[in-house]
Amino acid sequence: MTSTTVAPLVTARNVRKRFGDNEVLKGVDLTVAEGEVVVIMGPSGSGKSTLLRCLNYLEEIDSGSILVGGDLIGHRVEGDRIRRLPERAIAAQRRRIGMVFQQFNLFPHMTALGNIVEAPIGVNREPRRDAERYARELLDKVGLGDKVDAYPRRLSGGQQQRVAIARALAMRPELMLFDEPTSALDPELVGEVLNVMRDLAASGMTMVVVTHETAFAREVADRAVFLDGGVVVEEGTAHEVLTRPTQERTRAFLSRMT
Amino acid sequence: MTTTSTEQRGRPELDVAGAAPVRHPLRLLATVGVVVLAAMLGHMLVTNRNFQWDVVASWFTAETIMRGLGMTLMLTAIAMVIGVGLGILIAVARMSGNPLLSAVASGYIWLFRAIPELVQLLFWFNLAALLPRLSVGIPFGPEFASWNTNSLITPLMAAILGLGLLEAAYMAEIVRGGLLSVDHGQVEAAKALGMGSARSLRRIVLPQAMRFIVPPTGSQVIRMVKGTSLVSVIALADLLYSVQVVYNRTFETIPLLIVACGWYLILNSILFVVQGAIERYYSRGSVGGSRPSLRELFRSRRPRNTPGSAIGEGQP
Ligand SMILES: Nc1ncnc2c1ncn2[C@@H]1O[C@H](COP(=O)(O)OP(=O)(O)O)[C@@H](O)[C@H]1O
Ligand SMILES: [Mg+2]
Repeated sequence: MTSTTVAPLVTARNVRKRFGDNEVLKGVDLTVAEGEVVVIMGPSGSGKSTLLRCLNYLEEIDSGSILVGGDLIGHRVEGDRIRRLPERAIAAQRRRIGMVFQQFNLFPHMTALGNIVEAPIGVNREPRRDAERYARELLDKVGLGDKVDAYPRRLSGGQQQRVAIARALAMRPELMLFDEPTSALDPELVGEVLNVMRDLAASGMTMVVVTHETAFAREVADRAVFLDGGVVVEEGTAHEVLTRPTQERTRAFLSRMT
Repeated sequence: MTTTSTEQRGRPELDVAGAAPVRHPLRLLATVGVVVLAAMLGHMLVTNRNFQWDVVASWFTAETIMRGLGMTLMLTAIAMVIGVGLGILIAVARMSGNPLLSAVASGYIWLFRAIPELVQLLFWFNLAALLPRLSVGIPFGPEFASWNTNSLITPLMAAILGLGLLEAAYMAEIVRGGLLSVDHGQVEAAKALGMGSARSLRRIVLPQAMRFIVPPTGSQVIRMVKGTSLVSVIALADLLYSVQVVYNRTFETIPLLIVACGWYLILNSILFVVQGAIERYYSRGSVGGSRPSLRELFRSRRPRNTPGSAIGEGQP
């Protein structure tokens, strides 16, 4: 169990988000301590991706607040008023938050190395040599040291996702978001990606992971949040929620997963 | 071989390597027909004296023709640069989500595509009749500088405006089509890495859109090479106009038109090769246009049956 003596890295309060008439998040609270791994589970359409995308402002929230590392995401407090941040400032906030997508979203016109150094060089103005050295280090770490010059299309799904993780890590984020990182993979490729994530968790990275991999969640996550219909139905240590859920909806969902 | 399929299935020594290709009797017939027609055409070209090949040869690289060719090339280049540059801006404006920008862009495309090219050229050429003076200054306030429109809008300027601004309208739609063909996940990945929209457009979206933009743009360049011949109506000495000047004097109309045709064919052939090279450059990272099945594979939601991929290789 994680006792939060220091301020948590992520604090989301009463977050609401609607698409037209469809209210997808109906007042969600979420806190993530530094170094903590939180999994978000729940049925399809429950708002997991939306919640994750609100954390780095890929989706604008309608009400509530999200703080990451003490910064109000997407907004700035000016006296007693709150003002929306301009695009530049939002981009700057996103640099501290890495994101890994279900569909990898690697840049197909760039090699593995090119994908990884693009943002450090272009956005953070790192010297190319330093950025490339770190990129090679990261590729080694995800087990793809020999794929430096490979274009994404030449890589298997699992390899692409590992490059995508390295790409996000190259910005030296303080928080990593994973949206079903293994759901688009063939079963035999899931393990290699989960292994990389396991190592990352062990290195102390703060992670919020949307996943259906219950075994991974039980083993790696500190806490689990169960989302259904846009509300948090149950939350607790990953072990509690996944092995002894108290809510009927959680139980029903987990029994379908097996 | 006339053995039945069941019999064949049982024979392990069967090997399709070195199999004879499928026969195409109709294709052979068509080829013969085309060759005969080509021979007849060639015979006519050589024997018909009205072509006056000696006249064609003597004018083909004459200085006045070369100057006309230079004008055609320059107009094509300038109009295409304006067209591509302005076209990208208009396409981005149209897709910006800003209602004012989007409306202005749509209005531009609507207006310039509606009016015939020739009319636009004549309009720019005669702009002085509408606005005798052009000036720079504060709207409804003092002027800082002003020019006589007739001295500013030379035939060259009218041609550049007429061809370039219309081209921008067509290019905007081509660019927009290219941008729309790029998966939205690419923009999201760029955003999540902290890139601004300008950088994301320049580094991530446009390079991928180029694969869809280059082929129709190639057609536009070829269209433009020929389209510049319209400027002969405003007495600008392009290739066609230079040829006309000569045959109006010598009455060797057909041979001089053939000179022009020859140059248009040569330019077209060069552009064809250049376009191929550009397409190959922008398809880097893709497995290759000749193997669309692998391209589909990358886009598919669940990349199942990936026979060529190195499954599990380098597993940590
Ligand atoms: N951009 C969008 N526009 C409209 N509706 C959306 C959009 N994104 C998600 N939704 C809707 O929000 C709901 C939750 O989606 P999502 O967060 O993706 O769920 P999950 O990731 O839990 O499967 C779904 O009903 C989905 O249709
Ligand atoms: Mg989802």
